[in-house]
Amino acid sequence: MKLTRQRAEDIFSRVLKYSTADETEAIIGSTAYSLTRFANNTIHQNVAEEGIGVSVRVVVGQRTARASTNKLDEISVRQVCEAAMGLARLQPPDPELLPMPGAQTFRSVDRFYPGTAELMPQARAEIVRQVIGRAEKDGLTAAGVVSSGMTATSLFNSRGLSAFHEETVSEFSVTMLGPTSSGWAKSTSPNFEALDPEALADRAARKALESCEPREIAPGKYNVILEPAAVLDLLGFLFFDFGGLAIHEQRSCLTGRLGQKLFGDNIHVRDDVYHPLQAGAPFDGEGLPRQRVTLIEDGVVKNVVYARQTARKMGTEPTGHGFPLPNEFGEAPMNIVMDGGRASIEDMIRSTERGLLVTRLWYIREVDPYQKILTGMTRDGTFWIENGEIRHGVKNLRFNQSVIDMLSNVEMMGAPQRTAGEESFEMVVPPVKVRDFSFSSLTKF
Amino acid sequence: MRDFAKQALDTAVARGATYADVRVVDTRQRYLSTKNGRPAQVRDSDSLGLGVRVVAHGAWGFASTDNLTRENVDRTAAEAVAIARASALCKKRDVELAPEAGIVDRWIASCRIDPFSVPVVNCLDLMLKVDAELRRQQGVTLAEVAMDFRRIEQLFLSSGGSDIYQLKTQTGAGYVVTAFQNNEIQRRSYPTSFGGQHQTKGYELIEELDLLGHAPRIAEEATALHKADQCPSGVRDIILGSSQLGLQIHESIGHPIELDRVLGTEANFAGLSFLTLEKLNALKYGSDIVNVVADATPAHGPGLGTFAYDDEGVPAQATPIIRAGQFVGYLSSRETAAHIGLPRSSGAMRAEGWNRIPLIRMTNVSLLPGSNGTLADLIASTDDGIYFETNRSWSIDDRRYNFQFGTEIGWEINNGKRGRMLKNPTYAGITTEFWNSCDAICGPSEWVLWGTPNCGKGQPMQTMGTGHGASPARFRRVQVGVAYKD
Repeated sequence: MKLTRQRAEDIFSRVLKYSTADETEAIIGSTAYSLTRFANNTIHQNVAEEGIGVSVRVVVGQRTARASTNKLDEISVRQVCEAAMGLARLQPPDPELLPMPGAQTFRSVDRFYPGTAELMPQARAEIVRQVIGRAEKDGLTAAGVVSSGMTATSLFNSRGLSAFHEETVSEFSVTMLGPTSSGWAKSTSPNFEALDPEALADRAARKALESCEPREIAPGKYNVILEPAAVLDLLGFLFFDFGGLAIHEQRSCLTGRLGQKLFGDNIHVRDDVYHPLQAGAPFDGEGLPRQRVTLIEDGVVKNVVYARQTARKMGTEPTGHGFPLPNEFGEAPMNIVMDGGRASIEDMIRSTERGLLVTRLWYIREVDPYQKILTGMTRDGTFWIENGEIRHGVKNLRFNQSVIDMLSNVEMMGAPQRTAGEESFEMVVPPVKVRDFSFSSLTKF
Repeated sequence: MRDFAKQALDTAVARGATYADVRVVDTRQRYLSTKNGRPAQVRDSDSLGLGVRVVAHGAWGFASTDNLTRENVDRTAAEAVAIARASALCKKRDVELAPEAGIVDRWIASCRIDPFSVPVVNCLDLMLKVDAELRRQQGVTLAEVAMDFRRIEQLFLSSGGSDIYQLKTQTGAGYVVTAFQNNEIQRRSYPTSFGGQHQTKGYELIEELDLLGHAPRIAEEATALHKADQCPSGVRDIILGSSQLGLQIHESIGHPIELDRVLGTEANFAGLSFLTLEKLNALKYGSDIVNVVADATPAHGPGLGTFAYDDEGVPAQATPIIRAGQFVGYLSSRETAAHIGLPRSSGAMRAEGWNRIPLIRMTNVSLLPGSNGTLADLIASTDDGIYFETNRSWSIDDRRYNFQFGTEIGWEINNGKRGRMLKNPTYAGITTEFWNSCDAICGPSEWVLWGTPNCGKGQPMQTMGTGHGASPARFRRVQVGVAYKD
């Protein structure tokens, strides 16, 4: 059953009936989600799920704790309240714990598309059938997913805060495999109609065909054109450091660097949940309205984001980027928008004497938390460029690269676009051309 | 639980399923953490639901719900069959499953002290004592301690006649201490990083780990790393500590032996495998002393991959993977086993919860102990090398050839003695070259069955706990220090 605001309010009123805590908060959410998975030019997995949950946080004295359940019968609602209260009472008091926030005003964002919520398995299968047809036309093998669904999330507390948001989700991603190469493309949107599976399948197929019989190149530093998915994959490891608590606890690469020029003049990044290409709720895990925050301007680290308790600790105002309490992490910007430029990827290729075009990256991990050195692999379409033209595919390479240095070496940028990958949350980022990107070894394919 | 499961099974079959199984899963989790002298997270959660997996019209369908009413359970079973009908629009051939007899059984994993019976105040008291001990060391800037308890109760019914009840209790604990100084962040963890040790047992694991006793050493090492020399770059003999070797096994043996990856069904996300079918019984995976098993049986130990039956109702098995260096076995499901002509699944199908289908996952993929004594013996027999301990970073390509790992700490070995401490150690290689360079493995006294609680795979993503037994081992002429080489 779909979670409406009214139903969520009813559940919260039952929570309040059983909670005797000083303050009570409930996060009530639901999901209905379907995913069709294909590989070897056939559907091999096809799943659907529905679920609902209530997560209760209480404050007893200066103590807080959380308990969650997906059972909504009367006994279970009472038990989850008792569990939260029981856990809270067993703790030592936290002198820094703040009272829950009161009623808030939220800007409306409309990200619910009924057609996406109602997409049937037959419609997903028909898309897969067309994608398989595109693969077989060139003797390729297709693998990927088509998914759609809806989520609702709400947050209420006993001080009068009431927040509700629902949105739809959809995804299409495809890998085209040839005998010696592969290509990949992916898109996500709250609106399934905004995806273009046919174009994405064609793009992945062309990448697979054009990178066939890949050749080896020597590891080293190269000019590299990173398509948006590769940019997203790398940036995802940077912006968890843009939280006040991470700096306060000296676990952020920005410790001692706030206000410094850390990146190139051409780097401008903000967090903006209201951007038309973004997704998500207009409130954070504490129920505060999400604010637009400029993170990097002209290469300078201008601001970071703050949850309520962090803001109090650091003498500033909260920005609406906190995670549900209690948590260890504090806050993070989760709706990254990076400004771009006017160059197309073709312009970048034409301007490159010797370099590489990278489609996506894979298995990225942080090697050094302060220098922000990341390692990972190229995947599904890596190309050698010479004298302004793509010459051939190359075998995949391992990189060891500081993302801070990378953002100091951006030479060209394209138009920002909503981008999805497998290494990070979705962002709005441009394709970029960077110099001196460091590859340390290559693999066998 | 059984009534709903039976109802879903009957409805699926009545709607046209030629095969159906139903899992009702009830999980409970308690997660506790502290940070710099205060509780950070104190939370309980539970989740109950039902998933119906069917073959109809020769294709797969799956639907799940947590709305356990008779009407909705019927609707969910019917939806699974309708989804299978849609899958059949793109099928190349009918699904075939390797044969498996119906089983009626009940299994409860060993658990001496129920962790949910231990008062939370006692847990927090121990965690805050550890925290205080860690922060007694000057230079420590952040101390984080965590405990994680799970109880997973599952009923599996299938149209093949199985009715299997299993109950598992899992416990995990560990801590990490961070020291920031001079624009450098160094960390040390105990008993290993990224959440600590996890096993299928009760609170007795916490008592065995002696969290408090190790705290002074770990805190001292975290701050000492700031004075340590950088790990050099070049080619060196290396010794991997037990937990680091466990992750090396996970990434460079455990994943490539998953038969779904080999057969291409993970191509879009987790990737493929270099272990293509012609390599079975033909590839020299490692040196003659390398013996690896995938063993889900309780006899192997209380790993996160220990159970009595997998999520297709196949009994737990001990499958040889590498025997005297030779590649001899895959992890398989009923469908993939039938696909390549194996007589039976290896029993490796596991689902994260009631709302996920089972996938081929690692069970306990372990390197059997060798004959080279203790870690001290191994270091004493090494002239010139580096000892790597406790994972800090890990990465491997999507066919599992090219890997790079970093650890929290290293020590140089000179003339059989542990020498200067090294910071930021990394090593890299190609999977089969690396395992063929293994020339010494410590004995049973050093063997630990590590738990990896966070292995991701599948779309939608599923997180699974896997087990990896390992003793420290030595590898000759390995590339080191490459990550920091300018």
